[in-house]
Amino acid sequence: MLEIRGIHSYYGQAHILTDVSLTLSKGEIVVLLGRNGAGKSTTIKSIMGMVRVTEGSIAYDGEEVLGEPANRIARRGLGYVPEERRIFTRLSVQENLDCGRQPAREGTRNWTADDMFDLFPNLAEARHRPGGTLSGGEQQMLTIARTLMGNPGCILLDEPSEGLAPVVVEQIIKVVKEIKAQGIPVLLSEQNLYFAGLVSDRAYVIETGHIRYEGSMRELEENDEVRQQYLAV
Amino acid sequence: MGVYLAQFLSGLASASALFLAASGLSIIFGVTRVVNFAHGSFYMLGAYFGYSLVRNLGGGALGFWVALLIASIAVGLVGLLVEVIILRRLYKAPELFQLIATFGVILVIQDVVFWYWGAENLLGPRAPGLSGIVRIFDVPMPVYDLALIAIGPLVLLGLWLLFNRTRWGVLVRAATEDREMVGALGVNQSLLFTGVFVLGSALAGLGGAIQLPKGDANLLMDFGILAEVFVVTVVGGMGSIFGAFLAAVLISELNTFGILVWPNGTLVLMFILMAVILIVRPTGLLGRPETIGQKTETGPVEVVLPAGPHYKIFVAVVIALLALLPLLVDDFILVLVTDILVLALFATSLHFLMSTGGLVSFGHAAFYGGGAYAAALLVTYAATPFELALLLAPFGAGLLALVIGWFCVRLSGVYFAMLTLAFAQVAWSVVFQWSDVTNGDDGLLGIWPAAWASGTATYYYVAFVVAAAGIFLIRRVVFAPFGYGLRATRDSSLRAAAIGIDIKRQQLAAFVFAGVMAGLAGGLFAFSKGSVFPDEMSIPRSFDALLMVLLGGIESLSGPVVGAAAFTWLHDELITFEYWRLLLGVVIVALVLLFPQGLGGAARHHVGRYLKLEASPGDLRSATPKREQRA
Amino acid sequence: MSFAEARTAGSPALSVSGLSKAFGGVQAVKDVDFQVAEGELLALIGPNGAGKSTCFNMLNGQIRPDRGSVKLSGEELVGRSPAQIWRRGVGRTFQITATFPSMTVAENVAMVLMSQARELFSFTRSAVNRHRAKALQLLDMVGMAGQADRPCGVLAYGDLKRVELAVALGNEPRVLLMDEPTAGMAPRERVELMGLAARLAHELDVAVLFTEHDMDIVFSHADRIIVLSRGELIAEGDAEQIRSDPLVLKTYLGEGQVYGQDKKPKD
Repeated sequence: MLEIRGIHSYYGQAHILTDVSLTLSKGEIVVLLGRNGAGKSTTIKSIMGMVRVTEGSIAYDGEEVLGEPANRIARRGLGYVPEERRIFTRLSVQENLDCGRQPAREGTRNWTADDMFDLFPNLAEARHRPGGTLSGGEQQMLTIARTLMGNPGCILLDEPSEGLAPVVVEQIIKVVKEIKAQGIPVLLSEQNLYFAGLVSDRAYVIETGHIRYEGSMRELEENDEVRQQYLAV
Repeated sequence: MGVYLAQFLSGLASASALFLAASGLSIIFGVTRVVNFAHGSFYMLGAYFGYSLVRNLGGGALGFWVALLIASIAVGLVGLLVEVIILRRLYKAPELFQLIATFGVILVIQDVVFWYWGAENLLGPRAPGLSGIVRIFDVPMPVYDLALIAIGPLVLLGLWLLFNRTRWGVLVRAATEDREMVGALGVNQSLLFTGVFVLGSALAGLGGAIQLPKGDANLLMDFGILAEVFVVTVVGGMGSIFGAFLAAVLISELNTFGILVWPNGTLVLMFILMAVILIVRPTGLLGRPETIGQKTETGPVEVVLPAGPHYKIFVAVVIALLALLPLLVDDFILVLVTDILVLALFATSLHFLMSTGGLVSFGHAAFYGGGAYAAALLVTYAATPFELALLLAPFGAGLLALVIGWFCVRLSGVYFAMLTLAFAQVAWSVVFQWSDVTNGDDGLLGIWPAAWASGTATYYYVAFVVAAAGIFLIRRVVFAPFGYGLRATRDSSLRAAAIGIDIKRQQLAAFVFAGVMAGLAGGLFAFSKGSVFPDEMSIPRSFDALLMVLLGGIESLSGPVVGAAAFTWLHDELITFEYWRLLLGVVIVALVLLFPQGLGGAARHHVGRYLKLEASPGDLRSATPKREQRA
Repeated sequence: MSFAEARTAGSPALSVSGLSKAFGGVQAVKDVDFQVAEGELLALIGPNGAGKSTCFNMLNGQIRPDRGSVKLSGEELVGRSPAQIWRRGVGRTFQITATFPSMTVAENVAMVLMSQARELFSFTRSAVNRHRAKALQLLDMVGMAGQADRPCGVLAYGDLKRVELAVALGNEPRVLLMDEPTAGMAPRERVELMGLAARLAHELDVAVLFTEHDMDIVFSHADRIIVLSRGELIAEGDAEQIRSDPLVLKTYLGEGQVYGQDKKPKD
């Protein structure tokens, strides 16, 4: 579904990612683990064409997307849920969803705003309120819903649990499982190992821009050495 | 009673054109985050296009309105060109470069208009069918005014529908908050930006065209309307179209009624109104506190280091050369170098404000000209001796900086820049119009130094000593606790406030200090030329200073000196051409497009490191971008 | 932590009573009362939007409360500016690090010392290497003296947090407000930073109030915990009491899937 091979990414002059490769297959949830600044968000932004990538290849559905602008990549069906949520605070919940709307795509479900309100009942009650008045948890729901409105074939979910109360994180877990149940693969970036453990099939560990470990989630949970060395548990 | 009503309606009528221009600026800024300084030029183009089209499309009522509409669309197309050729390449560059580029566009449009339509004011044609007069409470009222009164609210309604009832409008509002995110949702940002820029430009063009029957088309209207539009935007609240409408009405009414009460004081009234509103509501009438645009980015953040040993030797050599210069060159070169020294002090004072304070002023010439006028007025009216006048000039400028700065530091980022420009334009207008005292456009003449200092070489030494002392003082302040405190407010206002730094006070003091130093340069200038003209306070002069800073490189503390030399040379090369503004504009745009990371920055990167002009920071060089700390 | 318990009995450094604030009709904070003692670490937890940030901003003067009082060793702080409150000894660290990237680590700390010494309007003295000895001493306390001359902009995130701590301790505060101090850090870094903060608070007798979403950190480092929900305090107590409070479980902690040192995920 998504295949990244040997990418190098830069912020200005700073070399952030070195030779990063990873794959995401249909129907699976893959987590990218690593501490702050390790390159998790940069990896996701590189896939979305939001960071300068100088080498390597990023193939989605067998087609090269490296070098395309973010909007073209999103149009191909890659749904991006940013860290820090980035909802439009002055637009109503309904308008936020409208912004994410894309034409129906072959092979993926065609989501409507009503589907979103079924999936996230909190948002239904708030549909005419400005996004900025929502709580942090509701905003996280809204940003996921907004991305689903684009009928994505694959979702990049960047640090969805950051700064959220445990009770809200548990709700996000349910949502991620629901997305998986719909057959949409998810590339998740996380710091919370509990969260990752509850939803992921496979894991990559990234540190200072290098992929240091790759394996199933279960293997990682049993590999104390990797967990201590790269995740500082 | 009738007189007041008529006056009120007349105010509403003039508000329309102002509102159109201001709403255009606001919309463009909202999405692209570019304050389009060429917006006044688009307004001016609208007027000129309208003038020619009305003449060519015949006298019928239909022809008239179609002409105005075509003029507006034509300006929209000019906007399209500017966006696609220039701005599109600069959205990721520091804001300063975008502003400078749009200034280049101003110069180009000025000369193109001058070339095609000439320098004469073109009196606007009457509107066919609406040229009559109606009586309202027995007071005559031009029918065209009623049409204008209707146009403003109609456009407001249209814009509201566009932004709230169409998906395009919703996307534009979304992009106003987070344009990158809109792109990541699959929306073609480039198209959205271009569309918005064309819409905003067309609104400005329409504004310029519809005011024709009430006024004229002239070459001064670009900066005139620009300052007014900035005032409207600051008063109404950036990003709020209703706010822009309200503010346009308020300011136009103030102007029309002000003329009844205090004919010469409308500028002062506008100043007071703006002051009151900013004190009560710093974000403007309907503005919201901005989260982005708080800081004007001037480039990457680098650690500021004191001079290294090589640099000190280099400076000593330059100073020695300058001290010996009168023995080596003729008077012509000496005068040229005197000019450079004066401008170097001027540019260094602005550079201090920009680099150490992070405060990008677009009206710094107010203090340069302020110093020059302070000296000239003292000499003319109080027969003050040369030495004393030169000493007092900076204080005159400092006083002006205190008043202007007191308002400006309440705002930050581009708002700060806009307000400095607006105030500078007010200062220029006062000098330009108050001819009883300032002699207006004819300037003040006979401002010569004392006999002992009047020789070319002697005055060169005076300028050399004063400018060098000023520049060294500024440098000293950069590395004094004051400079550190100021830099702290620039780096992180959050942290600065949390460690007990009074940000506004620190910034105001810096503004006044920079104003004093610019005033000193202005005083030197007045005595070197023997005369002062309003040009020294004008917006183009403010941009000259910005250009010098840019040419020398914002990161380098010695940049402005190099920049002043480069600018003087460039200016001397270009001034021989009739259309030098056009050339200068093209050069500016080309420089910005070719070196979007900064000119001096590029040069220093290659040369400076080689020569070790500043203490070698080793791995300490460029700081990681802020974003990455959280990534 | 018998050491800390002995402290909690000590005199309150900060007493907050009846603190209330409404924004446009929405009651963000309502009648909040609590005290922090010298040398005590008090955690303020609660769901997003519960009013934690508003509380913090009222304590250091960025927002003026509608009602209520904030007393620092008996002296009223409400109505004073952030700068005045800082001078009286209330320091703060931020959720997103806020340092001066154009200065070195040592200069970042020296900046506080210059501000404290009221030298910021000195135009002619040199600020280069000013207060360096004291700055290095502070950096030594947080284990950053070795990186004193690096620019703040190139530091690793965890190190930045340490610099912030040194900066916050620069004016010898009696109360330290820490807004999500470990946000965005790896588990071990979190424990190290909070361990350091706790040690310094105990050594220097500083009262620490911190917000945090990492329950592992809260339960292991806070001497006492208060829980805010919809602007009101709903619980107060030690880790054990909070962990078993039904109201806290419902509004905030949930089923305990996503925290808990002793629980392995997927157990």
